[in-house]
Amino acid sequence: MAPLLQSSQPWVEKYRPKQVKDVAHQDEVVRVLTNTLETTSCPHMLFYGPPGTGKTTTALAIAHQLYGPELYKSRVLELNASDDRGINVVRTKIKDFAAVAVGSAQRKGGYPCPPYKIIILDEADSMTEDAQNALRRTMETYSKVTRFFFICNYVSRIIEPLASRCAKFRFKPMSEEIMSSRISYICKEEGLNLDEEGLSTLSFISQGDLRRAITYLQVVPAEVVQALLAACKGGNFDLANKEVNNVIAEGYPVSQMLSQLFDAIVEADDILDEQKARISKKVGEADKCLVDGADEYLQLLDVVSITIRALTPV
Amino acid sequence: MLWLDKYRPKTLDRILVHEEIAQNLKKLVTEQDCPHLLFYGPPGSGKKTLIMALIRQMFGPGAEKVKVENRTWKVDAGSRSIDIELTTLSSTNHVELSPSDAGFQDRYVVQEIIKEMAKNRPIDTKGKKGYKVLVLNEVDKLSREAQHSLRRTMEKYSAYCRLILCCNSSSRVTEAIRSRCLNVRINAPSEEQIVKVLEFIGKKEGLQLPPGFASRIAEKSNRSLRRAILSFETCHVQQYPFTSKQAISPMDWEEYISEIASDIMNEQSPKRLYQVRGKLYELLSNCIPPEIILKRLLYELLRKLDVELKHEVCHWAAYYEHRMRLGQKAIFHIEAFVAKFMSIYKDFLITTFG
Repeated sequence: MAPLLQSSQPWVEKYRPKQVKDVAHQDEVVRVLTNTLETTSCPHMLFYGPPGTGKTTTALAIAHQLYGPELYKSRVLELNASDDRGINVVRTKIKDFAAVAVGSAQRKGGYPCPPYKIIILDEADSMTEDAQNALRRTMETYSKVTRFFFICNYVSRIIEPLASRCAKFRFKPMSEEIMSSRISYICKEEGLNLDEEGLSTLSFISQGDLRRAITYLQVVPAEVVQALLAACKGGNFDLANKEVNNVIAEGYPVSQMLSQLFDAIVEADDILDEQKARISKKVGEADKCLVDGADEYLQLLDVVSITIRALTPV
Repeated sequence: MLWLDKYRPKTLDRILVHEEIAQNLKKLVTEQDCPHLLFYGPPGSGKKTLIMALIRQMFGPGAEKVKVENRTWKVDAGSRSIDIELTTLSSTNHVELSPSDAGFQDRYVVQEIIKEMAKNRPIDTKGKKGYKVLVLNEVDKLSREAQHSLRRTMEKYSAYCRLILCCNSSSRVTEAIRSRCLNVRINAPSEEQIVKVLEFIGKKEGLQLPPGFASRIAEKSNRSLRRAILSFETCHVQQYPFTSKQAISPMDWEEYISEIASDIMNEQSPKRLYQVRGKLYELLSNCIPPEIILKRLLYELLRKLDVELKHEVCHWAAYYEHRMRLGQKAIFHIEAFVAKFMSIYKDFLITTFG
């Protein structure tokens, strides 16, 4: 039984690394940033990578380490998608903040305090193209006194002119060992017992998203996936339809179901390459449709129907 | 009061269907360490009941005293200010709202209103929980921008504000939000479980249930508990004492769609298409959601079709439903599906029977 926690903060926040060197698995970034801490010189930066790999954490940590708690408020502007970031904000708020000059470098209370400010634009891929365009000149004009940190999941959504002005860092998905060691660290701190098996299952499920490993995402049990695949192999449309109905009624997320079905099909030995290709193509299309908001039942049924036809010998 | 509300379990201990989930949730909140939660599952599976019971578990019976408020917020959106009207249900410790009601302006609801609510720290009296709870309904209907906006809010104010999100399809919730929550899957109750609940209600009401009656209702309910209880009550109003052969009347819109399906099967011509259009309009103007019409229509057609055609028809249903989601006017796409079906079916008839 866990002892009663003092703070009611979720573990995800409680164990967010406070220092750059604590950030797990992103050696390249950490090396560059530790260098920054020593020399206080820093380019514009662009962090990109899948969710839960530590991008926001790193940006916040470096800002805290550069300025310390006292100056942080006046030197760092953090904007994320929860703030309005239309073109107006870029023209007024960001520009105003960027334009203000700051005093020369002097160490205060053990923090480097370099002579520039930092603007962190979190989730920058949700900014409109116009807003990004409006930033171009601002970045250059005030580059003496301001550094920009862009954080995003998809680097392709950042317009080329912005990307080319930044040093780009890709955040890799976590390896299983790193994840396990972090989880066991948290378990130790919280006084929990977790056996080896539980640990490896946990890191397998999370597929590199450290945050997800901590909150634990429910997956579709392997039996359900196998049952669906077996129904497809059986070639009977009505039975397969029933199975699909069951999946929906049980409430399994279809996007997750598709990715697991895909794994099962790719790994299967008794399916020909050509059949695999046909099915995979359809899975991809269905996934796109789901992202567009299409109905889960119809999409899954469509995939199942294609699978049946691909697997039935003509 | 409808039986539906009368027999809605008020506490986690009295929940009949998802006992295990209820017990886990109880453990979660009594250990005073509750993460953000995302409840997902098909309609009528008991998500809302669980959430209400959970909130009661957190804050005690006081959480049941809710007041409904219809407020207008003035939101500053760049150059102009817009008014957003929203209905909220709130008690001292929790607020419940459906941000997707604001339509395309939902981004502002998340950016301004929810952020504002999340920011305000509740007064921490001794013995009470030092956080408050925001319940957001139908998060799967939120636009991408709104979901993006929610991400950081969830993290920043997590020390004293917990979000409980509720939705039907978790595929439509972005990965980023899902990974920030504890995902709770609520499956639709099985037919046996529905029978159990119906028998429980029957006992409480002091009714005589003929054998097999409850299971017939459960069978017709599509595994939706809400629907089962409603049709149980309808049957009770129509005829009591129950007889074992009593008909359980299907929904009238379902009958209507089944009529449309037989229309299409009987004749494939522009004239028939025109007649069907009238019927479809009738359904739409009675507020039956278009995707439900399409799904039901597919269901009716699949029952009557030969195997070879089933694959093709279900493919086109998926195709047109997707287009419907991207487009604006649902009627075009339903009608396109009907036309497509007619052409496929006619082709099939000609090749088989000449």
